Amino acid sequence: MWIIRRDLLLAMRRRSDVLTILFFFIIVVSLFPLSVGPEMNMLRTMAPGVVWVAALLASMLSLGRMFSNDYIDGTLEQMLVSPQSLSLLVLGKALAHWLVTGLPLVMMAPVLGIQYDLPLDALAVLTVTLLLGTPVLSLIGAIGAALTLGLRGGGVLVSLLVLPLYIPVLIFGAGAVEANMAGVAFDAHLSLIGAFLMVALVFAPWAAASSLRVSLE
Amino acid sequence: MLQGINLECIRGDRKLFSKVNFTLESGGLMQVQGPNGSGKTSLLRMLCGLSNPAAGEILWNGTSIRTRDNDYFAMLTYIGHLSGTKDDLTVIENLQISSALAGFEVDIEEARDALERIGMSGRDQLPVKVLSQGQRRRVALARLLVCKTTLWILDEPLVALDVAAVKLIQGFLEQHLQQGGMVIMTTHQEIDIQAKSIMQLQLA
Repeated sequence: MWIIRRDLLLAMRRRSDVLTILFFFIIVVSLFPLSVGPEMNMLRTMAPGVVWVAALLASMLSLGRMFSNDYIDGTLEQMLVSPQSLSLLVLGKALAHWLVTGLPLVMMAPVLGIQYDLPLDALAVLTVTLLLGTPVLSLIGAIGAALTLGLRGGGVLVSLLVLPLYIPVLIFGAGAVEANMAGVAFDAHLSLIGAFLMVALVFAPWAAASSLRVSLE
Repeated sequence: MLQGINLECIRGDRKLFSKVNFTLESGGLMQVQGPNGSGKTSLLRMLCGLSNPAAGEILWNGTSIRTRDNDYFAMLTYIGHLSGTKDDLTVIENLQISSALAGFEVDIEEARDALERIGMSGRDQLPVKVLSQGQRRRVALARLLVCKTTLWILDEPLVALDVAAVKLIQGFLEQHLQQGGMVIMTTHQEIDIQAKSIMQLQLA
């Protein structure tokens, strides 16, 4: 799992890349209360959706860099030639991607939720859904990033490929918080996101690894 | 033993080469020659499993490399046109990480020793982005010294190297071949290597 260490080390050397994603997330989430006005009830109802959409966009924004730097300097080629399982390497890279881009969002979300006057337990649910959901975004994103590797205009294409696949996570992530605020049980939502995570953990690295082999041929 | 049987490469609708056959035994050097665009790099990438031949088969000790279920990839070091080094990491970090990827964990001492042998001593804490092209190449080639692999596939390994470094690398290649290793390389430069079998593979 030294590949995770390597990617984290690289992220540390280029902290600005990580911070831009986080600030993008903070700004997008903050724009809504500023533009909609201080109508508490409306803010409360739109909060889960807004935070989740912003997390989706932020995660997508950073996908381009997941493999492309390694592709340009030839280290990706070395990964394909290596005797290690490419799926495991991809899994490691997706986890590193999540630690660098997903986890900061999760930790920032409760603070941003305060802007929307979310009650405490709703903030907690929001954080838990993001904690379960953002790794799915990184894993599914890895497939999109691998498929569009080396293509011109790959950035736009990756959003067209990946955003539709993010929709289920978005629905259940935001849905769990709304259910909690409406006083309904939300554990089914959480179970479903957990199931997405399990499926993505098993299939996404494999699919991304196959896509990488095709992209590099 | 590495065998290529009736290999064929098609790029777009152009046939680059076909019916390429060779057998490389332990201790053998194969030099792939041909004009620009004749498919030298394509052939080497095929031998690394990075692309599949349009026809034909590549056999390692009698079994195909296509299924990836033999020890071929653990025995292989490929150094291509791209250096495979990260600009933001230091020389020594790059060497340690790239050899770990190839399945050889090396400690600081071993890595430093290899860098010294390849003429990069005292620069191991520099980030690769401040190095010159020739120095980057040396960092990439240092991997050959720490990974105990049998088969080296080198695409233009001598590009950007100075005269002293070329001599150094030729020495490493000779030593590797004497120890029973195998080398497949392309180069446009004249090389002066003594080995028990030297083959030239001419691509039209």
